[in-house]
Amino acid sequence: MRHNPDAGMSIIVKTVTRLTVGLILLFGIYIVLHGHISPGGGFAGGVIIALSFVHLMLAFGKDVASRKLSKNIASNLEAVGALMFLLIAVAGFFGGSFFVNILEKGTPFKLFSAGTMLLNNVAISLKVGVGLFAIFLALVILEGSKKKK
Amino acid sequence: MELYILLIFMIFGAIVAIEARDLLSSVIAVGAVGFALCLAFLVLKAPDLAITQLVVEILCLIILIRATINRDLPLAIEGRWFFNTVSTIVFVAVFLFFAYTALKELPAFGDPIMSVVKRYIEQGTTETGAVNLVSAVILDFRAYDTLGEATVLFASVIGIMAILRRKGRKKIEEKEDAS
Repeated sequence: MRHNPDAGMSIIVKTVTRLTVGLILLFGIYIVLHGHISPGGGFAGGVIIALSFVHLMLAFGKDVASRKLSKNIASNLEAVGALMFLLIAVAGFFGGSFFVNILEKGTPFKLFSAGTMLLNNVAISLKVGVGLFAIFLALVILEGSKKKK
Repeated sequence: MELYILLIFMIFGAIVAIEARDLLSSVIAVGAVGFALCLAFLVLKAPDLAITQLVVEILCLIILIRATINRDLPLAIEGRWFFNTVSTIVFVAVFLFFAYTALKELPAFGDPIMSVVKRYIEQGTTETGAVNLVSAVILDFRAYDTLGEATVLFASVIGIMAILRRKGRKKIEEKEDAS
């Protein structure tokens, strides 16, 4: 069965996607924020966040997904993530040298512990998630423009 | 034991991926190899790597299937198969020889714990405050490595964006139309 990829999939897939895509995004954010307590971390959580947007695009077509997060915003957010990571690294100079953990260590097993590690995880997840989604979006747009010819 | 079953399955899947006539079948075989690798990480007690491998494998499969599903790419197998086979066998033999001589010198798996790793395991939680020691290593002790890794990803995204952008293709298409 061939379907038009721009229009998305059938109504069953659309309904299930509407129910699950928020949970997937939430799970990605959970993995990112608990990276220093449980397995996971910035990279894995960022890829899960990207997968939630990919899921949205596969089910509803690329127009709906681009309206949520367009390619320009995606590439800008990726640069923001990279700069944030670098700024945290440079901020270590306040404590002595590059990448010194300048914030409070906190008590183990608490969410706000381990100093800059939480911020690092957020920066990496922003970079990875949005960057991978931008790559996927660029590939899909390329495919679409080829078919029109 | 489970590890050897998984390794044999992965080798089998890789051979299927090379030999399959259909491009979609080879992509699915590559995906099976990736998921077996994820299970192997779980058997070796590395849940961080298993999670990362799982999600990256899913994303790669989606991109590969999306890229291959509507195209019937011809397989280019004909040509210098004799030269290719002989050179592959020679290189595999050389690799196995050097790997055997090098791996004989290594200490047994996890024994003894190396001096640097010992410090991470014993004092990682008190020095960084993070319970997950993998995070403690990649974001605190070895954060400079992570910065390099992030730079590599950033450069690759920039490269893909530059190759796939619309402006350059439009100009080329206009030139083709004009000529």
